[in-house]
Amino acid sequence: MSETLLEVKDLRTQFKRGKKDWITAVNGVSFNVNAGEIVGLVGESGCGKSVTSLSVMRLHNERLTKISGSIKFGGKEVLDLTTSEMQSMRGNEMSMIFQEPMSALDPIMRIEDQLAEAISLHNSNMSKAEIHERCVNSLKLVGIPEPEMTLRNYPHELSGGMCQRVMIAMAMSCEPKLLIADEPTTALDVTIQAQILALMEDIRNRRNTGILLITHDLGVVAETCSRVIVMYAGNIVEEAPVKELFANPQHPYTEGLIASVPRLGKRLHRLPSIPGSVPDLSVMPEGCRFAPRCKYAQDSCKQKLPELQTVAEGHRCACPFYRNAREGAQQ
Amino acid sequence: MGKYTVKRIINMIPLLFVISIIIFLFIHLIPGDPARQIAGPTATIGEVDEIRNQLGLNQPLVPQYIKWITGIFTGNFGVSYANKTTVIALLAPRLPITIYLTICSITWSAIMGIIIGVLAAVNRGRAFDLIGMVIAIAGISLPNFWLGLQLMQIFAVNLRILPTGGLESWKGYILPSIAMGAGIMCILARVTRSSMIENLGKDYIRTARAKGLPEHRVIMRHAFKNSSIDVITVTALQIGALIAGSVVVESVFSIPGLGRLLVDSIGFRDYEVVQALILFFSLEYMVINLLADILYGIINPRVRYE
Amino acid sequence: MSDTTANAASATREAEELPKAQSPVRQFVKKFLRRKTAVIGFLFIVFILILAVIGPNITPYDPNAYDYSAILAGPSARHLWGTDEFGRDVFSRILAGTQLSLGTALTASIIGTAAGVVFGLIAGFFGGIVDSLIMRVCDVMFAFPGILLAIAIVAIIGPGITNIMIGVAVFTVPSFARIIRGAVLEVRGELYVEVAQSIGCSSARTMFVHIFPGTMQALIVNFTMNIGGAILSASSLSFLGFGASVTQAEWGAILSQGRNYLAIAPHLVLFPGLVIFLTVLAFNLFGDGLRDTLDPRLN
Repeated sequence: MSETLLEVKDLRTQFKRGKKDWITAVNGVSFNVNAGEIVGLVGESGCGKSVTSLSVMRLHNERLTKISGSIKFGGKEVLDLTTSEMQSMRGNEMSMIFQEPMSALDPIMRIEDQLAEAISLHNSNMSKAEIHERCVNSLKLVGIPEPEMTLRNYPHELSGGMCQRVMIAMAMSCEPKLLIADEPTTALDVTIQAQILALMEDIRNRRNTGILLITHDLGVVAETCSRVIVMYAGNIVEEAPVKELFANPQHPYTEGLIASVPRLGKRLHRLPSIPGSVPDLSVMPEGCRFAPRCKYAQDSCKQKLPELQTVAEGHRCACPFYRNAREGAQQ
Repeated sequence: MGKYTVKRIINMIPLLFVISIIIFLFIHLIPGDPARQIAGPTATIGEVDEIRNQLGLNQPLVPQYIKWITGIFTGNFGVSYANKTTVIALLAPRLPITIYLTICSITWSAIMGIIIGVLAAVNRGRAFDLIGMVIAIAGISLPNFWLGLQLMQIFAVNLRILPTGGLESWKGYILPSIAMGAGIMCILARVTRSSMIENLGKDYIRTARAKGLPEHRVIMRHAFKNSSIDVITVTALQIGALIAGSVVVESVFSIPGLGRLLVDSIGFRDYEVVQALILFFSLEYMVINLLADILYGIINPRVRYE
Repeated sequence: MSDTTANAASATREAEELPKAQSPVRQFVKKFLRRKTAVIGFLFIVFILILAVIGPNITPYDPNAYDYSAILAGPSARHLWGTDEFGRDVFSRILAGTQLSLGTALTASIIGTAAGVVFGLIAGFFGGIVDSLIMRVCDVMFAFPGILLAIAIVAIIGPGITNIMIGVAVFTVPSFARIIRGAVLEVRGELYVEVAQSIGCSSARTMFVHIFPGTMQALIVNFTMNIGGAILSASSLSFLGFGASVTQAEWGAILSQGRNYLAIAPHLVLFPGLVIFLTVLAFNLFGDGLRDTLDPRLN
């Protein structure tokens, strides 16, 4: 087993909504990311996956956010770091890319300046020439054909795919151990999506970077990840190696999620969907948050939030009536 | 960049031409007989005729305009009847005073307005922001002439630390600059604040933070640099209010500048002077806006490549 | 939750504010009432409008009565805000002048706005040559800085309250033409306008029935904000001596006369200026509140 990079334990993130009024967006989440591993974090929009990733980077507005639990990165407790320690870690040891590559780049700054900014910040002893070389190499790493020219461009002169490559180059420019990618391909064309995903795998292979890939697209997960974490309404409901998850989903929510993906060769009258919608953060149901939409729900589900339990090796599920248990009971 | 600048300048030419025609027609728009108006009620018919001839009012409009505009290019703005001197001799000593006053006002008010706006945006919802924005809206609502008179009352009449008017020393510039700049400072504080709040919510700010940039660099190098585009545009537009403000404030503080001259000339029906002053003020305003446009192009690469 | 805290928080706030089948007017009132400064501004405007109507009838003294026993008297129980150089009661003059001062600014704003709206609608709706012609005229008017255009107009047509009104009104036209044109261009792209045209509505009908209502928010907000500016412009012109005559009780004129006695009778400047300031402030606070409730994008 490779070295554990990121260890999140019982993470709770709350946002201030009014005076003394806090809403919980992430409610006690625990997971690990290892070096050289791509971990998928999936769920519908609003399930707390982006909030989780931003909490790890401590990118929330700290005045309006309460984060509790533990986030250990390389053995250090991230939540205990001072602001400046956190800053020297961001972009250096862990970095992040976002959903909208076009708007994620500063529109009035040349690509080179934006790249150099991060490099010079974390490598104060580098000369100008060295920084420039590093910029060029970063762009080469992400497969940009004419790095010198691209460096002189402004973001609006590049395509969405190119911008995302630049974003990845920027994130990788200080050789971080962990890359958090928040829906990196959602805003891109399908062909470009595949290229960007291939690029991320390539970088993982070359640099042994741990990647936390946040997406709502199960296709992306199946293609790239080695392990998957499924989130629903601020909680992790299931976690498993990717093949295991698709072959053998245990949580009713995961089952529904996988069933709702259209598949080639399978003719269906109607694509199955999960009835109902994600509950509003301010009116969370008691007990299991999926219970109101779950066809297996019992009265007991509505009383206590089920805890994650190991159902197979490396496979955890937060449902007492997970598939194996249900099927076992039927037999 | 050069191409963009040239384009802006070329775009300005037809506008300048139209404005010159309008200002030229100014005298002709005066109801009744302009020559009679200029000469005043006590003048004899002979005097009125002389003025009419001198102004060329009895000639057709086109030759009149050509004569007027060529005069301007050669520095001949006509004659002031009230002062019995050429308009240019009247304007020349007053010009530096007004320009100096305008520069003083815009400098302090822009710097203060931007600082307050940035701090308010960064401290959004906190005491500084709330108090600052109440003061800002109050400042916008202040009549500048009244502010000038109140300042004069406090600092000149009661405390006797600053002069009530005139420009004998640099102290004479302090109160007029405050009266002229206060409103603009408040407008700029509001514009800077809302622009900063908008830009601080943009994705690239999150990217900058994710890079590990310290907060002050996120704010200055990314958010403020983007906001400066809005700030420059508004500042240039506010120069218009400042020029008009100089007319009022110079009257309050008895400052012998162009603004005061305009008010006096209107009172004396010294139309050739009024004409020259309005032309000058419009030109000044247009040139400042042109400079702002060029600066805008330097900061904002998206405009340059259009 | 794919965004930062601020967005996440605002998203949930929006969710919280989802209308429970309320009428838009009630929703608007509810939202507006939450902004205390705007409510204060609104109440002050109502108060001052009432004074404008009944003011001349409730003055403690005849605003034009000379009292040579109390010339330039400071504020006292007898004369609340003191007297001027003719012994006229300043409070009574300001109260009586509310109608004229506010009336001038309001009329100028209404005329200027109406003309601006018409030009803006025409420019935005027809586009092409008409549009560029109107917009070039606006450019020319914008080339005169600040209230200089109004000053120039008054210089041509002579001093007086009516002429100030004309000057301020003309000065208002181009900004409204631009705002409304912008709003029209935005609304024109909306589906319902295309539908109206496709079913054969006449130009005028499309313009006034379908497009004009869509520009109302921008119009209301800017109109309110403009009134404060119009009061300031009109009082500036009055102050410069282009407005009311000495006998007329008008805020700017009262202040303008009073400045000659600044050293011995500061109340002559203080009170009329304070009233102008508070009135303008009230309109600005109200306008700010309207803008924030009606159209957050204009912020």
